[in-house]
Amino acid sequence: MFKYRQFVALSVALALTLAACRPSSPGAAPGSQQPVAGEQPQPGGTLTFIVNAEPPSFDGHRETTFALLHPIAPHYSTLYKFDPNDLTKVIPDVAAATPEVSADKLTYTIKLRTDVKFHDGSKMTSDDILATYNKIIFPPSGVLSPRAGAYAAVESMSAPTPDSIVFKLKYPSASFATNLASPWNFIYSAAKLKTDIHWYEKNVMGTGPFTYASNTKGQDWVGKKFADYFAKDKNGVQLPYLDGYKALIITDANAEVNAIRSKQAAIEFRGFTPQQRDTLSGALGTSLAIQEAPWICVNYIVPNTKKKPFDDVRVRQALTLAIDRYAGSTALQKITIVKDVGGLMRPKGPFAQTDADLQKIAGFATDGAANKAKAKQLLADAGQSNLTFKFLNRNITTPYEPVALFVLDQWKQVGINATHDVKETSAYQADLRAGNFEVALDFNCDFLDEPDLQLAKFWSASGLGKGLNFAYYDDPDLDKMIDGQSRETDPAKRRQLVADIEKYAMDTKAYQYPVLWWYRIIPYLNAVRGWRIGSNHYTNQDLETVWLAK
Amino acid sequence: MRRYVAGRLLLMIPTLIGVAILTFVIMRMVPGDIVALKYAGSPVPQSVIDQERHQLGLDKPMWLQFTDWMGEIARFDLGTSLWTGHSVVEEIEIRFPLSLELAIIATLLAIAIAIPLGVLAAVRQDTWTDYAIRIFSIGGLAMPSFWIGLLMVLATITLFGWAPPLVFTPFTVDPFANLAQMVLPALSVGYRYSAVSMRMTRSTVLEVLREDYVRTARAKGVAESLVVMRHALRNALLPVITVISLEFAFLIGGLVVTEQVFNLNGIGKLLVDAVAHRDYTLIQALVLLLASVFVLINFVVDMVYVVLDPRIRYS
Repeated sequence: MFKYRQFVALSVALALTLAACRPSSPGAAPGSQQPVAGEQPQPGGTLTFIVNAEPPSFDGHRETTFALLHPIAPHYSTLYKFDPNDLTKVIPDVAAATPEVSADKLTYTIKLRTDVKFHDGSKMTSDDILATYNKIIFPPSGVLSPRAGAYAAVESMSAPTPDSIVFKLKYPSASFATNLASPWNFIYSAAKLKTDIHWYEKNVMGTGPFTYASNTKGQDWVGKKFADYFAKDKNGVQLPYLDGYKALIITDANAEVNAIRSKQAAIEFRGFTPQQRDTLSGALGTSLAIQEAPWICVNYIVPNTKKKPFDDVRVRQALTLAIDRYAGSTALQKITIVKDVGGLMRPKGPFAQTDADLQKIAGFATDGAANKAKAKQLLADAGQSNLTFKFLNRNITTPYEPVALFVLDQWKQVGINATHDVKETSAYQADLRAGNFEVALDFNCDFLDEPDLQLAKFWSASGLGKGLNFAYYDDPDLDKMIDGQSRETDPAKRRQLVADIEKYAMDTKAYQYPVLWWYRIIPYLNAVRGWRIGSNHYTNQDLETVWLAK
Repeated sequence: MRRYVAGRLLLMIPTLIGVAILTFVIMRMVPGDIVALKYAGSPVPQSVIDQERHQLGLDKPMWLQFTDWMGEIARFDLGTSLWTGHSVVEEIEIRFPLSLELAIIATLLAIAIAIPLGVLAAVRQDTWTDYAIRIFSIGGLAMPSFWIGLLMVLATITLFGWAPPLVFTPFTVDPFANLAQMVLPALSVGYRYSAVSMRMTRSTVLEVLREDYVRTARAKGVAESLVVMRHALRNALLPVITVISLEFAFLIGGLVVTEQVFNLNGIGKLLVDAVAHRDYTLIQALVLLLASVFVLINFVVDMVYVVLDPRIRYS
């Protein structure tokens, strides 16, 4: 009987073949389309955009999904944020300037703006920042703060004056300053938190450019311009430019495309597939603009080192050597949202190795045939020439299914007979966390090129990597290396330490390794201006500088 | 009759309790839970996951979770959604009017198409009219309503650059905006629905037209239109009503894919989202609601039988 999996495999193979045969898409911009130079922003209008999931609670400190940030971030400010014009640069938001750092790099003093108001009219002071960061870093019992670990270096905080705050660290931390620009760290009112620490889970009240207007669950989220917002543009014009925004919750991919095609929505900020981009481009022509960028999201192959024969480093090395990532990139980027070949850090990002260095790592050399020959030899040496196992994956088409099918095909070419074990996300996650799998396709998305974030899944499984490291190894040497780079504040030295970790984790020990890095494609109505794509779908979502061309 | 009605009403209680137990157990047997799903892919420490499971009561023994829930149901409290933290009643209240309106419009449309065409096909059996109607109805059965819906949206976008509004406006606020959103989904659902009812109408009318009392009416010189409408159709309606009512109950929560295609914020979409999120309290409440709708509609249909057919007596 012709089974469903065979049908899907055949369909993807057919799609890969067709994609390889067709010319490059007419609508695909070779690079990012940037805002037209010299245009003056026009105030007014309501931006309607799509969010393809429903936010769980409204509390940014508690949640981890973009579905919260896209509709809710415009209501809030953060201490620092990423520059909308250069998303690799951190700029002050409610802070008045960059932090003053003591010579021993253990004390950060931050001056605050004095003109910031909450939407209820109350003035923001250092008490609010203190209450906010206490909730994030030292959450009281019953309060969830999934990112508290990112601030493990913080020893204490204080608010010596109403317009300044001081962070004292236990040890120098390379990522501390950029983590203050985390898009999740909404500034909350100390008064509200004092009344009820859970108040922000069901309510919204910030200092951001837009006030909360309404929310119909499962349907939309509406924000209106905050007249007393503190920021002005370089010409002294009051921000935000928009009168308001409406986020439409649309979960079906076809309905999303149709919403933009019928101009009921202008943009979706997470990303579309190449096919969706081409459909919109063909239908809307010059009414459509497209921005594309590498994405800090990646799929990892994770062999479970607690299961035989994946406790054997030769088998793990063979699994990565068998994959011709460059050929995969050429084919897969035409049908799904993956593109660049890279290590543990985003390719071409600030911590990425050069191509020449990367190609020295097992599985990343460009000679696919030689890699496969080595893989076969390693499997033979390990007595696993006819290796058979189940490859756990989640039932999400983009990009998990095509990526997994590509990997399965590559393995087959070296004699590995792996079967695709596709599960619904919750069941897949349960298997990952229970260690109930042989090899899995894991994934990771971050808001920032930051080794502390991208290496979080590489700590020992019984230590800091508990619940994160699904390869289930314990390696004190690797822990020491990760900790060392985290404390290294010299960027060049840190980059070298990260490169050493990549070599060790992906090659020497071959614990877990990326397939391909994701690629973000945003087709949108070209009336939308002032928004620039970044390498993640979390930051630059306050809509402060977005405007609509008439 | 009163005893019968009281008995039927009382029987609903064990039926609904059975549904509640089944739903509760089946959902817990499915691997994974809402917390694992919520933090899928995020570098969140195990301690946070354990803490959230504890807050949601998912670390309690299953029997204790069940008795807690039954206690809430006994107090007419459907609980709070594990995903949003908002009241389940509030979540359903938002979506129910849309689903109900769509079900009503699609049902009216289906009746308006199915009964006249079904009767016509029966009266003109084995003529071109009959063949055309049968082809039309087989088309409705063969094509899934969501697929027809997709084609409709594509056609209106391609031809007119228009698609149904994505935001629900109640009929009382703006009838035009409301109908603009409802017309295509109602047509796509109503077509399939009418096909089922049309075939049922045709076959039952055909059967009745061969009965002795119809021949007698014709022999007495009663006009053909009266024979069909008064003698045949009325007697043929019982099975048609059963089909229509069961389909109506299905429409309240069963239009999962159609609601996705048209981005309708209805009960079907809510149920699918709840299952995808493993939102146990919401799933349990929705299944109970839909089971209640089915049970109630079945009861109402049984009562309608008495009105339509004086021979039926419940004692």
